[in-house]
Amino acid sequence: MSTPTRLPWLSSSQPAATTTPMADHPTAETETSAPRTHRREVLKLLGTGGLLIAASALGVRRLAAQDTAFDTLIEPWAPHVFVRLGDDGIVTIFCHRSEMGQGIRTTMPMIIADEMEADWAMCRVEQALGDEPKYGSQNTDGSTSIRDFLTKYREAGATVRALLEDAAAKEWGVAAAEVQARNGEVMHTASGRSKRFGALVATARTMPMPATSRVRIKSPGERRWEGKAMRSIDLVPMTTGTAKYGADMTLPGMKVAVISRPPVWGGTVVRVDDSLALKVPGVERVIRIPESPLPGAFLPLGGVAVVATNTWAAIKGRDALKITWSGGPNAAYDSAAYKASLYAAVRTPGKAGRTTGDVPKALASATKRVTAEYYMPHLAHAQMEPVAALAHVANGKAELWAPTQSPMDARKTVAEYLKLDVANVTVHVTLLGGGFGRKSKPDFVCEAAFLSREVGAPVRVQWTREDDLRNSYLHAVAGHRLEAGLDANGTVTSWLHRSAYPAIGATFAPNVTGAEPDELTNGASDIPFDIPNMRIEVCPAVAHTRIGWFRSVNAIHHGFAIGSFVDELAHAAGKDSGDFLLSLIGRDRVVDLSKAGLVAPASNYGATWTDHPLDTARARRVVELAMAKSGWRGASLPRGKGRGIAFHRSFLSYVAMVVEVEVLPDGTVLVPRTTVAVDAGFIANPDRAKAQMEGALIMAMSNVLTSQMTFAEGKALQSNFRDYGVTRMRAAPHVVDVHLVPSEGLPGGIGEPGVPPAGGAIANAIFAATGVRVRELPVGQQLAGWQKR
Amino acid sequence: MPEVQNADGRAVAPSADAHDAPPVETISLSVNGQRRRYDGDPTMPLLWFLRDELSLTGTKYGCGISQCGACTVHVNGAPARACQRRMETLNGATVTTIEGLHPTGEHPLQVAWRDLDVPQCGFCQSGQIMQAAGLLARNTTPGDTDIDAAMNGHICRCGTYPRIRAAIKAAAEQLR
Repeated sequence: MSTPTRLPWLSSSQPAATTTPMADHPTAETETSAPRTHRREVLKLLGTGGLLIAASALGVRRLAAQDTAFDTLIEPWAPHVFVRLGDDGIVTIFCHRSEMGQGIRTTMPMIIADEMEADWAMCRVEQALGDEPKYGSQNTDGSTSIRDFLTKYREAGATVRALLEDAAAKEWGVAAAEVQARNGEVMHTASGRSKRFGALVATARTMPMPATSRVRIKSPGERRWEGKAMRSIDLVPMTTGTAKYGADMTLPGMKVAVISRPPVWGGTVVRVDDSLALKVPGVERVIRIPESPLPGAFLPLGGVAVVATNTWAAIKGRDALKITWSGGPNAAYDSAAYKASLYAAVRTPGKAGRTTGDVPKALASATKRVTAEYYMPHLAHAQMEPVAALAHVANGKAELWAPTQSPMDARKTVAEYLKLDVANVTVHVTLLGGGFGRKSKPDFVCEAAFLSREVGAPVRVQWTREDDLRNSYLHAVAGHRLEAGLDANGTVTSWLHRSAYPAIGATFAPNVTGAEPDELTNGASDIPFDIPNMRIEVCPAVAHTRIGWFRSVNAIHHGFAIGSFVDELAHAAGKDSGDFLLSLIGRDRVVDLSKAGLVAPASNYGATWTDHPLDTARARRVVELAMAKSGWRGASLPRGKGRGIAFHRSFLSYVAMVVEVEVLPDGTVLVPRTTVAVDAGFIANPDRAKAQMEGALIMAMSNVLTSQMTFAEGKALQSNFRDYGVTRMRAAPHVVDVHLVPSEGLPGGIGEPGVPPAGGAIANAIFAATGVRVRELPVGQQLAGWQKR
Repeated sequence: MPEVQNADGRAVAPSADAHDAPPVETISLSVNGQRRRYDGDPTMPLLWFLRDELSLTGTKYGCGISQCGACTVHVNGAPARACQRRMETLNGATVTTIEGLHPTGEHPLQVAWRDLDVPQCGFCQSGQIMQAAGLLARNTTPGDTDIDAAMNGHICRCGTYPRIRAAIKAAAEQLR
């Protein structure tokens, strides 16, 4: 069984051919429908070092067996694992990270091209196959793409630049120090000579790679695109309908499968009556997929697949199945009872993740004690593209196309599932129609592979939205209890925080009875507050459904509970919430939390505490910035409108938010305006960083205001957007004012750190607007009639 | 206790079979200016005809129940959810998809979307653009209220709503 190659709780990571032209033209250049023979002739003409734009937009045409020979015939010159350079000057940059909206297919190439001094119009992006030995981690989660790879990308570009300069110097018989690469050519200013990159390929490929000492990373003033602006490369396909996602992949002779999966986690098929399903025109086969033993990890849930000639027939056929299910060990899962059990759990001491001072003693001597409990339900990613994957399994080989966040996990899991050698499994990564952690898990890829082998033809598995919500890997439901002691001045002297939530580890190992204390480093035990007595504990909670990573992971509910509680304490102390937050952060200090009470292994989002200590000055500055830019100290808002503030450090970045809400008489919450201040170290692509903050805020609105997955008799009660509410246009912000702190510091994450502070800030703004403190999410209808309270 | 249900948790209706569907008649319609014929299951939604039969995959499946707007196309000039339009209702209809919105992909909305770098994952954007095109066809001076009303049926989980609003206004300005 495949297990994740990372911390079980947090998707931290260690360090299909898509070719997309940079210029704003429709994708004609990327589509090559010419038959194989023609392409071979073209390649002969170009020579082995020549242009290689062989694949279609997402490499589908490479699937055809005859194309394999085509691939091996050419020897494109790849001076670096991420870079190919043709003698026509075309620079192909291999994006090894999955694109799911964060913009990595633009940001990664622009860093490399900038360092390389390439001409952007000559650059192409090709999506790398799943091959971690070659590319390093491809596991696109944990907000790691830039923070783990910025230096590698810069070095890749700088190495190729140095090599091309060396080649030009050799051709001209001058010292390398006299020549300089600039925008796709190397120049010798003294003699006025210049040569395009493509014309240097023949010489460059015969030369040794430049010594490390010769590879120089640009100084900030020399950068052309990094840290500045670059329009995203996929905008034309995305606005013309030609961008290809997992569900868009096709192959000749392909079948479409829709699967009925156990409604209860661990349930099994007892009986199937497929007689009506088989009568649906277009339905060809009904195939049992074996249930994977619990906990199942990345493997399919099992069930009954309807294989048809088109998607509609498969859906209709699936709907016509009559299946008798057994419930299994989780058939009693009930969300109301479970909520009560979480509250009971946090009222009893748990396992400590961080201890400083003497909390019981400090609480006993406090002038004032404040206690609050919070609850956050399961959440589903509900990414707009329900998962889908295309597989072609034949002759002991599997070739797959999938919107996966982790192609290597997909590859390994399929290999194990079908008992194939990993070398015989190829995973092409399509664009992802949203990921948010759901697409880290390759269960759906295994389903397609299994069915393709059974059917003997290419099969695309399509999940419906109902499947997506009912059979997901949900974000953990969580209960929290916080207690603080304040002295006579309103200063917090003690902090006791207990939380309980089913562990992601329970999806991967049996007999897991709750989260581990180290999971608290995801935004609970690593808080920046200057409180002498702290104890942060985690309490037992058994999983009754698949739990998985969801954008920001446990920092979502940690952020909501802590952000809310700080606001509650401010009111208890009679202080301004912003000022109070600043006083809690306290004096500027740089802390290695592994030496400040965190239990081992004292994780720091996969980074060392030396590289990324807790730097409270950075926390203070973003809070001050958000307050200043939002008009926090300005005129107070009328009843029904309010501002809330919260701060959270997660994924090594520091984010403060001031959210302004308007609560309508019927309890509807709108968020007209939000100010975000971010210190994420060096930010390679500021516009995409801003877009991630906009998106994080809006996703947090869904998390707080409308979304929940609940269970009765073991089965999910929500099935589509009719009952799984998400933020829509009407409630969405009109202004999201994002301020990025300029920095050359080590980069932190961008995709996730915006979500945790937003949760608390929204709840606090609701309190400011209405006087109603919402401690159980979602807000839902809780504010109806608030004016009359 | 074992129980009987289909995948959506609904009771399986005895008449839920399709083998007694009405006799097939050829449906003729125009899609992006091309004449298309269809003689398959008349209950098939336009969405799957476009995606599976015509390979026009710019129209996306997101929910299947008219809740997310990802499948929005124009039917006879007005925005419609392709997941809700059965093929049997479309004989003689004129359908425009995102691929046919503008011959070179330069409808003012498409240009504005790119100028403001609206998409993140991009998956919902075809539907958003088609809906917005319907709005601008009848109102070239849309305010926030008009935009919110027209676009509220669409979901973007990446949260591109503020930029969509701005892009619609920018495109409207171009059209005036």
